[in-house]
Amino acid sequence: MGIFDFLKPRAPNSASLAKERLRIIVAQERAQRGAPDYLPTLRRELLEVLRKYVNVDPEAIQVKLSQEGGHELLELSVALPDKPGR
Amino acid sequence: MAEIIVVTSGKGGVGKTTTSASVAVGLARRGKRVVVIDFDVGLRNLDLIMGCERRVVYDFVNVIQGECTLKQALIKDKRLDNLFVLAASQTRDKDALTKEGVEGVLNGLKEMDFEYIVCDSPAGIEKGAFLAMYFADRAVVVVNPEVSSVRDSDRILGLLASKTRHAETGERAVAQHLLLTRYNPERVQRGDMMSIADVQEILGLDVLGVVPESDTVLAGSNAGTPVILDAASHAGQAYDDAVARLLGETVPMRFTDAQKKGFLTRLFGG
Repeated sequence: MGIFDFLKPRAPNSASLAKERLRIIVAQERAQRGAPDYLPTLRRELLEVLRKYVNVDPEAIQVKLSQEGGHELLELSVALPDKPGR
Repeated sequence: MAEIIVVTSGKGGVGKTTTSASVAVGLARRGKRVVVIDFDVGLRNLDLIMGCERRVVYDFVNVIQGECTLKQALIKDKRLDNLFVLAASQTRDKDALTKEGVEGVLNGLKEMDFEYIVCDSPAGIEKGAFLAMYFADRAVVVVNPEVSSVRDSDRILGLLASKTRHAETGERAVAQHLLLTRYNPERVQRGDMMSIADVQEILGLDVLGVVPESDTVLAGSNAGTPVILDAASHAGQAYDDAVARLLGETVPMRFTDAQKKGFLTRLFGG
């Protein structure tokens, strides 16, 4: 340990890193709980179709199932790349 | 009326069997009639932790398949008259446990006037884990302050809320408790380990107890003596506090703060 160590910016401690990562993944998994099993497959197949036309990133597709009023709502959002490539 | 308590976690190696053994002993020491069941078919271990491994003649699956009576399969604890162990079978047949079979055994135990039936769940979310939690009135989810354990616990909490008899009948919810084990207050203070508050916040549930990381847990396993019987052990005392809280007592948390280092320890290291 050098005497000038206190001048270096301190890295965030690993416990807070763990907490932050868990907070995000747990929230995501809770949102998917109780959703039909076909959602991941649906998402994958949609991605394949879309990729015939635009070069989208796997993370750019969001498939969300929610309750609205008395019925279920399947929401699909795709973020298109800035320059649609083929 | 017997209460069925499942000790579960999702992840393996977090302390389910250690907890089941200590909770069962703690309840029995308070005068309750208790039976603790090993649901880990194929990987029997509760008998070792309870120190009765050489007295297993019949097991859980033998009872389900009608090869012996429930009374024959119950192993009486040598230390406490009102504590019994039902060992898991070492069969490799994964379908040895059935929902009807488990229900029959649990009903049989209720008729024998047990007050608490502690179910030691196997790791994972397969059949054994599912059946261990299915009939539960109460769940103790064992969690380590570590990312994979916390995530798996959340998954288990989700299953407890949907895949249990109480959830299916809509009668009432399974009471859920977190039990934090292998907690190291010094590492929490240094920022290397998530704190009690962190885990409570992520999982949205209060802790029933916090068991500090301790050498005495391994020593207890080595000897076949549940750590709660080690009066000098902080882990044992923490388990006893958790049992008291399970019975509705209000007990302050202990062993959750880092030990302050004395002047000499600082000077010479410790």
